[in-house]
Amino acid sequence: MMYDQILVRYGELSLKGRNRRFFIDKLQENVQHILRDFKNIKVRAARAHMYIDLNGEDPDEICDRLKGIFGIQSFSPVMTVSREIETVKEASLALLQKLEAEGKTFKVATKRADKKYPYNSDEINRLLGTHLLKNIPGLKVDVKKPELELKVEVRSEAVYLTCEVIKGAGGLPVGSSGKAMLMLSGGIDSPVAGYLSMKRGLSVEGVHFYSPPYTSERSKQKVIDLAKKLAEVSGRFTLHIVPFTELQEYIYEKVPESYAMTIMRRMMLRITDEIRKKHGGLAVVTGESLGQVASQTIESMYTINEVTNTPVLRPLVAMDKSEIIQIAEKIDTLEISNRPYEDCCTIFTPRNPKTKPKREKARQFESYMDYEEYITRAVENVETLQIYAGMDQEQDEFADLL
Amino acid sequence: MIYFDNSATTKPKNEVLDTFIKVSERFFANPSSVHSLGLEAEKLLEQSRNQIASLLKVNTGEIIFTSGGTESNNFVIKGVASTYRHRGNHIITTEIEHPSVANACEDLKRHGFEVTYLPVDRSGQINLDDLKRAIRDETILVSVIHVNNELGVVQPVEEIGKLLKPYSKIFFHVDHVQGVTKVPLDFHEANVDFASVSSHKFHGVKGTGAVFVRKGLRLEPLLSGGGQEQNMRSGTENVPGIAAMAKALRLGMEAYKKNISNLKAVRDFLIKELRTIDGVFVNTPDEQIAPHIVNFSVPGYKAEVLVHEMEERGLYASTTSACSSKRDEPSKTVLAMGLGNERATSSIRLSLSFENTMEEAKEAVKIIKASIENLKPVMRGSYDV
Repeated sequence: MMYDQILVRYGELSLKGRNRRFFIDKLQENVQHILRDFKNIKVRAARAHMYIDLNGEDPDEICDRLKGIFGIQSFSPVMTVSREIETVKEASLALLQKLEAEGKTFKVATKRADKKYPYNSDEINRLLGTHLLKNIPGLKVDVKKPELELKVEVRSEAVYLTCEVIKGAGGLPVGSSGKAMLMLSGGIDSPVAGYLSMKRGLSVEGVHFYSPPYTSERSKQKVIDLAKKLAEVSGRFTLHIVPFTELQEYIYEKVPESYAMTIMRRMMLRITDEIRKKHGGLAVVTGESLGQVASQTIESMYTINEVTNTPVLRPLVAMDKSEIIQIAEKIDTLEISNRPYEDCCTIFTPRNPKTKPKREKARQFESYMDYEEYITRAVENVETLQIYAGMDQEQDEFADLL
Repeated sequence: MIYFDNSATTKPKNEVLDTFIKVSERFFANPSSVHSLGLEAEKLLEQSRNQIASLLKVNTGEIIFTSGGTESNNFVIKGVASTYRHRGNHIITTEIEHPSVANACEDLKRHGFEVTYLPVDRSGQINLDDLKRAIRDETILVSVIHVNNELGVVQPVEEIGKLLKPYSKIFFHVDHVQGVTKVPLDFHEANVDFASVSSHKFHGVKGTGAVFVRKGLRLEPLLSGGGQEQNMRSGTENVPGIAAMAKALRLGMEAYKKNISNLKAVRDFLIKELRTIDGVFVNTPDEQIAPHIVNFSVPGYKAEVLVHEMEERGLYASTTSACSSKRDEPSKTVLAMGLGNERATSSIRLSLSFENTMEEAKEAVKIIKASIENLKPVMRGSYDV
């Protein structure tokens, strides 16, 4: 027995009236990107549902990936069988057996689109119900609140069977709410912030600050690996890597240690904002929350935020660390984030950072600096990587070995 | 030469050796070193892990590399024992395990553990009711061999997993060493917590293996050291061996798709032909068996002598398992199945790979017949005259 199609139910999309087509197109595009390595599938987006024709591809793996795509409320693998009633009976039985129906409650719900079919809906319900009750021990009928609902749709070309309803990730299709720049360090928080922004339909591009030799090739690799995980959510992910060594050294030369962290973050936000302008984004996303480490105080946020009036979104601000870790685990980034390499935030951490930095002070220290040229140079020399779901950058390099 | 001793070890494939040599040359650095050579080696290591995980349908973080099947089995059994001792001191396993499981359990007995060995019936199967009855409050581990190395009997791992599912305190370990690429097993679907594999059983190189550790579980390590492999297996990773294993596994699974029906045909031919030889008893049962192992006995003949006679004629096979065959011991599995001492001391194992052909099988049968015939006067002389 094999599933040959997956029926996808749209999430909040149904509420979105006139924009509906736009949302559906975005979702279709994302689904196609995320499933691009399944060469034989066909994705058809209709008004009410989306259909994925499997054409022999592995349904389990595809279902696994669908679970993570925003904009999907739920989906069901579908079995197509020929119209002979005996075949339909056998297929229904196989389907319920696969779902371990023993001892569970069920009902059959038939929709007969083809009125020429020799049995009517009630008769089909009864024929299949009887066959299942006879062959599955402990199975019971419950028409009000069944644990399993076998849906049968009779059409002129075939009969379609579905039973499983798998919950989707909800949210809105990535890209349906515009674009934002995510400040992506190697830590636990920023990938989670990116993920939550994607959930509400933002298309997110990562900005990472790279300071060799203070931070190693490995810390860069770590961020690329995190970006790969985010690409699995959206289908693809753009990562901007900013050469930051020069400016960082300059800051530490000019600014007292207690304010270096604050000034560094102001510079990072300025650079991110420049990159945002270049790529048509409308917001900056960070993984900041309140009260975790010395620099993440509301005073610090206030002082850093002074450098731009672009919206800075902080989806984690209302969350506890344990909640953040839970999401990181779910999206499989926790293990990567926990790799021990230095990143640009940890390496220059001063012994006594100012927990309540002041705007005036920050401005005063910056007035002794000619930082604009450094920012221009950093933005000009950004290295931009395109990362696709299911694509492994190293695959080619090691292809002959593995 | 006909090599029918693939359950002892397989011949590494050329492509696999090619990887081993290239990686040893090009990626010799320690993957933990901070420089770029180390990073390259680490990338290859992780890419290999990725490939192995996806072929086995598990998550990348669930694969821990070891030196092979024996270490993997010891790590799980002793690791569960030391990590979860506070939960209980009872282990359930079977009478037909590989020595690396059986003796690890025996070791634990000396440290206050109790071990129940489940018997098997004449077809080599454990009884699920026996298992259920053996479970106690103190039970912390059930360890079952998936494909028995001596006879090729396959245990119902999926059903065992289902049975154990409600017991949240009991871990389920599967010795999958003989099953890899021959009898597919989905660890997650079968509710398995730990599983052992070994590269040289599927045309990889010796000294590399892996253990599947279900996500979220951690065991105390056997070896103390630098904390590699998520602190569960210290020691510099064997990058060439691991890359070679990734390749061998890929090729092995491709071979399965292409050649499994041929392999089964060769096995069935051997069983059928052996049954027609006078004095030969086939020990491998008819059902629930692996595609690559055929075990038979010639009562009255000393297995070791017969193996040497067959070798003279170009056929390489084993007396029971290679590990215990150096000592002159009867086959544990044949005994456990109740087939008698006579058959247990005279049992011989033919074990195949996907590369073996029907022609070889035909030739092997001729050799076996001739060897038995040739030894008849010596082995049975005293009775005949």
